[in-house]
Amino acid sequence: MTSVDTDRTITLTVNGVPREATVPVRRLLSDALRHDLGLTGTHVGCEHGVCGACTVLVDGDPVRSCLLLAVQVDGHEVTTVEGLAHADHQGGQILHPVQEAFRECHALQCGFCTPGFLTTIAAGLDKRDNAAELTEEEVDDMVGGNLCRCTGYANIKKAVHHANATMRDRA
Amino acid sequence: MTTKLFGEPVRRREDARLIIGKGRYLDDIGHTALAAAFVRSPHAHARITDIDVERALDVEGLIAIYTYDDLTGPMAEPLPVLIPHPQLTAPRTNYPLARDIVRHVGEAVVMVIATDRYIAEDAAERIVVSYEELPVVVGVDAAHAAKAAVHDDVPDNVAARHHQETGDVEPALAASPRTLSFTQYIERSASMPMEGKGVHARWDADDRSLRVYSSTQASTSVRAAIAAKLELSLDKVEVIAPDVGGGFGVKIVHPWPEELLIPMAAIALGAEVKWAEDRREHFISSAHERQQRQDITVGYDDEGRITALDVRVLHDHGAYTPYGIIVPIITATQLVGPYVIPVYRVRIDSVYTNTVIVTPYRGAGRPQACYAMERTMDRIADELGIDRALVRERNLIQPDQFPYDHHLTFQDGRPVIYDSGDYPGLMDKLKTLVGWDSVDALRTDAAARGKHLGIGMALYVEGTGPGPYEGGHVQVLGSGKVLVSTGLTSQGQGHETAFAQIVASELGVPIEDIEVTTGDTRRFGYAVGTFASRAAVMSGNAIALAARGVREKALRIAADVLEAAPEDLEIDEGLIQVKGVPGTSIPLRTVAVLSNPLRYAFDEAAKQATQFTTHDDSKPPVAVGDAPGLEHRDYYSPLRSTFASGAHAAIVEIDPATWEIDIVKYAVVHDCGNVVNPMIVEGQVQGGVAQGVGGALYERMVYDQDGQLQNASYMDFLMPYSSEVPDVVIDHQTTPSPLNPLGIKGAGEAGVIPGTAAIASAIEDAVGRRISSMPISPTELYDLVRNPDSELTAVAAGRAGTGVMA
Amino acid sequence: MKPAPFRYADPDTLEEALAVLSDEGAGAKVLAGGQSLLPLLSMRLAAPSTLVDINRVPGLDSVEVTGDGVTVGALVRHNALLGDDAAARVQPLLARATANVAHPAIRNRGTTVGSIAHADPSGEMTSVLALTDGSVTVATPAGPQTVEWRDLFVGPLETSISGPAVVTSAFFPALPARSGTAFAEVARRKGDYAVCGAGVVVTLDADRRVERVRASYVSVGITPEVLDLTEAVAGKPVDSADWAAAGALARTMVDPDTDIHASADYRRLLVGVLTERTLRDAAAEATARVTCE
Repeated sequence: MTSVDTDRTITLTVNGVPREATVPVRRLLSDALRHDLGLTGTHVGCEHGVCGACTVLVDGDPVRSCLLLAVQVDGHEVTTVEGLAHADHQGGQILHPVQEAFRECHALQCGFCTPGFLTTIAAGLDKRDNAAELTEEEVDDMVGGNLCRCTGYANIKKAVHHANATMRDRA
Repeated sequence: MTTKLFGEPVRRREDARLIIGKGRYLDDIGHTALAAAFVRSPHAHARITDIDVERALDVEGLIAIYTYDDLTGPMAEPLPVLIPHPQLTAPRTNYPLARDIVRHVGEAVVMVIATDRYIAEDAAERIVVSYEELPVVVGVDAAHAAKAAVHDDVPDNVAARHHQETGDVEPALAASPRTLSFTQYIERSASMPMEGKGVHARWDADDRSLRVYSSTQASTSVRAAIAAKLELSLDKVEVIAPDVGGGFGVKIVHPWPEELLIPMAAIALGAEVKWAEDRREHFISSAHERQQRQDITVGYDDEGRITALDVRVLHDHGAYTPYGIIVPIITATQLVGPYVIPVYRVRIDSVYTNTVIVTPYRGAGRPQACYAMERTMDRIADELGIDRALVRERNLIQPDQFPYDHHLTFQDGRPVIYDSGDYPGLMDKLKTLVGWDSVDALRTDAAARGKHLGIGMALYVEGTGPGPYEGGHVQVLGSGKVLVSTGLTSQGQGHETAFAQIVASELGVPIEDIEVTTGDTRRFGYAVGTFASRAAVMSGNAIALAARGVREKALRIAADVLEAAPEDLEIDEGLIQVKGVPGTSIPLRTVAVLSNPLRYAFDEAAKQATQFTTHDDSKPPVAVGDAPGLEHRDYYSPLRSTFASGAHAAIVEIDPATWEIDIVKYAVVHDCGNVVNPMIVEGQVQGGVAQGVGGALYERMVYDQDGQLQNASYMDFLMPYSSEVPDVVIDHQTTPSPLNPLGIKGAGEAGVIPGTAAIASAIEDAVGRRISSMPISPTELYDLVRNPDSELTAVAAGRAGTGVMA
Repeated sequence: MKPAPFRYADPDTLEEALAVLSDEGAGAKVLAGGQSLLPLLSMRLAAPSTLVDINRVPGLDSVEVTGDGVTVGALVRHNALLGDDAAARVQPLLARATANVAHPAIRNRGTTVGSIAHADPSGEMTSVLALTDGSVTVATPAGPQTVEWRDLFVGPLETSISGPAVVTSAFFPALPARSGTAFAEVARRKGDYAVCGAGVVVTLDADRRVERVRASYVSVGITPEVLDLTEAVAGKPVDSADWAAAGALARTMVDPDTDIHASADYRRLLVGVLTERTLRDAAAEATARVTCE
């Protein structure tokens, strides 16, 4: 018979690393990542799914971590902003092209909404053929669902193009 | 050779941690802290008759519950009126926790401390507060009618009557060839940073000292407030603003109740306590701004030159006035804009309403001022059948009229004297950028596609960089690292980069060696705060002066060592050398070591310094009037604010079937004097424009007659996504400020100020109906256009029968 | 804003899900996509005693397409349906409407069936179920039941389903022959709930005359309705049908509400405009299909 619980121990892969946490079943994934797993890069802007600051990748797809219970990702793979860069072989990090592009294009100011954009855009760019020209619709899919109060979005859109071009040229 | 970094689009230093998710925002701090949640009033105006906490007491994880009755000493007094003013005759502030009466939905009544936020909310939900509802006042008109009072002892609901005048306006109007009068409204919006407010407090019982992190724009003042209210000595309180996820003004108010209550709880409980506000709390218990009713009468001649201007404003101040009447004062004094106004009178009544308090939101009264002046210009142009740009041009202050004295007193208590500017230059650039003179072709083309096209413009002047002062500290360490600090705060403006650019340029050191700290009272204790587009002006100049002080001392020491004259030396890439004689040099970091004549050599740098030591027995190691160390602290205190300016234009297309409004072009010309980092300035402008568009077409706080905020969530309070923000074309003009060493003017608020005015003008131009209330949405535009009583513009009446919208 | 306490089960069979729902009683709620439910929980507007998470139940995540129509399983995410070309060919309304649902991140998690079970009058998929004359299959302890759309939607956010039950799929009948569809909505911001949305089906006879016109709207009534607008254009050749008249007829048949985003009159205006625009597009598609036969 399936158990009905108030707490669960979950095991999941976060940024490629197996992690375990014991959480109340009502713990939102956003809170579990930030407080139980110590990954504070994912931010909470509204807790009603509208602003997108909490967006992470679950099994590669962008989702609102404030609209998921932590127990729902038991056994799944989660990627947060902290997992976008890759370790190099000298103890440093190789940034994802979208991270470099954000700095290059001044696509962040206060940085609070930024992780939600980075995960969403990284997923979008990783999935597409970077040699194909970016359509406005694709850019909108990658940036149109997240709120930013600082930048006015122009530089964020530039960063998408910049990152795609980098990925195309490196391929 | 170091490229001078001042004026370069240097990529931001702070990005390195922010793009990898290593920013440290308030809620990222203190994982083991206790959590706070609040029971907040569900009523807009009510007397508290009972607080029953019984059912909360058995919530496991509950630690403490506080009500007003638990507050003692200064904590039991009302919150301070930060900026008193003789005309603020009836200031009122709330208590940290409500005492007897609540005056807006959201006012904090009970504080709950628990082991985590989930449990704190569980306990809060079980607390039953009983209320006796009182009559509610919502909106400036209701406040003015005063059938009910927000504060019993302020029966007319008037907190302040702000009044400035430059001459006798009534006879001037009477003598004017023409006059017109009109009334218009602008509605509430709010800063809405993506990160809400938050406070973390830790009391060190051994040391008897308090450390507070707050997501604030004014850490130094929060420190002073906490020390005063909790009766601690200032030296026993430190306040740090961590990474802050946006402010836009809402975080300048202080002390928020929570900024006092959380430290109080931390001391009482002997534990770390943290509160991170959620979005609903932010909507109902932070601050809003913008609502005004404006009654304007203007005298003018047949050419459209203004002869007299008389403005009456009802300004919605919300339930309390902790920030004084800064916003209405800014409206009053910035209204005159870039124009010659021979006689001006402004009277602004700040009225109480049973709604969230009104304190500065980016623009801080200037958007309202611009709306008043620019829509007046539009009406004059319409009456006379003259081009709206031409009417404005005829009234502009000319470049040879600076400094221009408006004979008004600004928010800093100093005269409104424009220091420099070129308003005709702005106008010319704007007309070119937006294609003002060729819009008829666009209009025809749009009509062929079944759309109504309109164009509008708005100009503004913005007083920036008000005092009283800011300070900067620059210190070179023996490691070569250059520490820079200032007391004001950062919320995304790139201060760590811009201030580093200034020091790199002034001192001749690589920017990589420079580390900037802002908003930390441990590092810099005297400051005012980040607001009024003042950080670059104030701290930028203070830091430049501090860097110059370091340079002067470094050259003095180096001159001694290199046996040269200080004026023959230069610093480049951290190396001091004799000009034109490479090889005769000493690293700046070695000078730093030498500047502190230690008895003990701790490291290699210290040991190496000995080879440069001169030994003059006739002088003490540290000269009289000198100090050890290669550092300098300096302050910039301005004589007056410095006045930036700009001009925006918008082209809109309206679908006459659905009344949807599309901004097809948005042009900005702005002038903020010398620019430290053009990339950062442009980012500020773009962000401001998005808020301007939001305020013109999407954002409005909807209070019903019971004082309930109907749209207290991001689902229903419509901040723009990227799809709602038009592409912005930007041109620049530079009229340096003569008032400060770097020639800088502020840029932080430029993007938002004229948005509502320009867009209102464009929509009015498109549909030919008078727009006298903003923001406007498609449903409201539909109502306006189909209402037979809505006023046609004269231009529209003139177009009747031509097939274009009338 | 954090949810009130609840208990949680994530059964891995349908039978177990129903058993838990039975045991936990009226306070138990099914959790699938959670994109509508989680905000309600966080805002404490809903406080179920137990959440029964069906995301681990197998066999609920497929889209089955036959000549009769499209069956969408309870765990099919909006984006999965959006990208299903076979489904789009058989019933084009599905992709057209789904494209208007929120933003991609929400669509990655939210489900078509979940939207229908949520019965939100501002939801697109409830309208589409009605317009296509669809139905849902509900698993109950007594066995599966089919509920026609007309019997399903009882009020705003309220369905006729009671007792332990799991909606396991929704069935959308295929687009009839000689027909075309279109869907359009007006929202304040892209991705927001519609201020007004319209979905239409136009069916022609063999001579390309208008045989039937049906429309269903979003954010215009408290439960989905299908309006028959045929009389405005019946028998007219498709090229000269007065779609504006159909729009005008639709305006007389709806009774929208006023809220903070739009007045009732404005919604009514949009009903007329969107009906006309979508009918034009649907008619063009129907014409193309008649030509191809």
